[in-house]
This record gives sequence, structure tokens and C-alpha cells, in this order.
Amino acid sequence: MMESIINAIIGGALIGMAASLLFLANGRIAGISGIVGQSLRVGTTDRRWRLTFVAGLLVGGMGLMNVMPEAIVAPSTRTVGAVAIAGLLVGVGTRMGNGCTSGHGVCGLSRMSGRSLAATLAFMAAGFASASLIQVAMGGVL
Amino acid sequence: MTEKFLVFTAGAVFAIGLGISGMTDANKVINFLNPLGQWDPSLAFVMVGAIGVHLATYRLILSRERPLFAAAFSVAASTNVDTRLLIGAGLFGAGWGLGGFCPGPGIVSAVALGTEALVFVGAMLGGMVLFHVFDRQP
Repeated sequence: MMESIINAIIGGALIGMAASLLFLANGRIAGISGIVGQSLRVGTTDRRWRLTFVAGLLVGGMGLMNVMPEAIVAPSTRTVGAVAIAGLLVGVGTRMGNGCTSGHGVCGLSRMSGRSLAATLAFMAAGFASASLIQVAMGGVL
Repeated sequence: MTEKFLVFTAGAVFAIGLGISGMTDANKVINFLNPLGQWDPSLAFVMVGAIGVHLATYRLILSRERPLFAAAFSVAASTNVDTRLLIGAGLFGAGWGLGGFCPGPGIVSAVALGTEALVFVGAMLGGMVLFHVFDRQP
């Protein structure tokens, strides 16, 4: 548990640094759903930096895969069907709510945005509710 | 060139941070969100680390006249807490607890070409486009 906590803090600090680097470079908020979602919108004119950032995410992921493969290849306990519905909910929800864990959570709370605080409390509550409901109703298997 | 390099580096460091923190491990995320099972509260400290850094640097950077490679900072002006925000965040959270992935970790995990992460990212991108199609607000 202690090691998990230390890794969480170190990884979190890197996430904070990455968000700061993007903000310093082009003044943008490092919200993943917004960066990706806007690049999928018809008529978006600033697609280039968005795709550059996503390329960085993917290359960073490849680095992880080589150095600490256990971090990303852990098989999920959820079925593929559950994961597909989860993806749809996350896609629709993050666009409707204008942000996700990074944009509202990390960046929004750091900017002390009340709107982001409300969104963060809502998605945390819903996340705890959904995972706990699956635990209670199906023994954690779905 | 330099702007591209910095934006790319930000993406790569973000991904590495997600990996080290445990956020790309979907089972760990599910255990974090499930206090009734084998609860693993350690992921709460990701926020501590991230906000601890960004809270300070955000203000420092904002005290500049402008970013290095843009005319101005692009910070959302809206402070409105409305049902659209709360329902959206609620749907997102429900999906997060169901699949164990939020957008960044899903995309980063997809490079390992595991079925779950690929299906998640495909469905997420589809959900985003679907929302854009039906959404009347710009």
C-alpha cells in the first residue's frame, strides 16, 4: 500500500508537470477529453497541437509498455461488452460535461474553479456508485 | 518546431505519469472506486501529487503576459454549474466505474493493443462523435 501511495504521488506530480508544460507552451488546459473530442469535431481549426499531444500520449504509452509493462497490460475484470458501454458513457458524458479527470479534476481544481469542483464531485460520486453497485448486485463481476 | 516538441513532450510525460501512478491499471481503478470490495484508496494520492504541482505552477505561468507560443491563455470563462454539466459528469463517472478507464488512461493503455482498452477507446470516440452530432450547442 505504501509503495502504491508513493507511486501515485510521483505519477501525479508528473501529470501536474505535464499539464504545466502544455499551459506554458500554448496556454491550453490539459484536459484529455477536450483535447481529443475537439479534434473530432467538424470544422476544428486547431487540430494540429491536439494531435501532437495525443501522439505524445501514445509514444509515452509505448515507453511504459517497454519499461513497466505491468502498468498497462493488466487484464480488466470487466467483460468486453461492459467496457464498450463504459466507453460510450465516458465519450458522451465527458463531452456533455466538458471535461474528465484531467480537465476538471487536475486542472480545474488547481485553478480553483467551482464549476470543475462540482463536476469532479459528480463524477467521483457516480464512479463510486457504479463500481459499488456492480459489487453489491453482481459480486463485482460484470 | 519548439512548440511542437513541448506539446509532444507534455503528452508523453502525461502518459508516463498516468502509468507510474497506477491510473492505467483498470483493475486498480475499479478497486479504488469500490470501497465494498478490496478497497485500494491509494489512487486518491494521484490528485494530491498532480494538484500539489499544478496549483503552484499554474499561477506562476499565468503571471506571464502570455504563453510561449500563443497570443493568450485559453482558460474556460464559464463558471456556470448547470444540469448539463452535472448529468455529463454523472454519465462519465458511471462509465468510469463500469470500465475502469477514464479518457487519458484508456488511450495510453490502448498502445498495448489489449482488447478491453481498444474497445473502450473505440466506443469512447464513437460516443464523443455521437454527442457532437446530436448536440445543438457549439
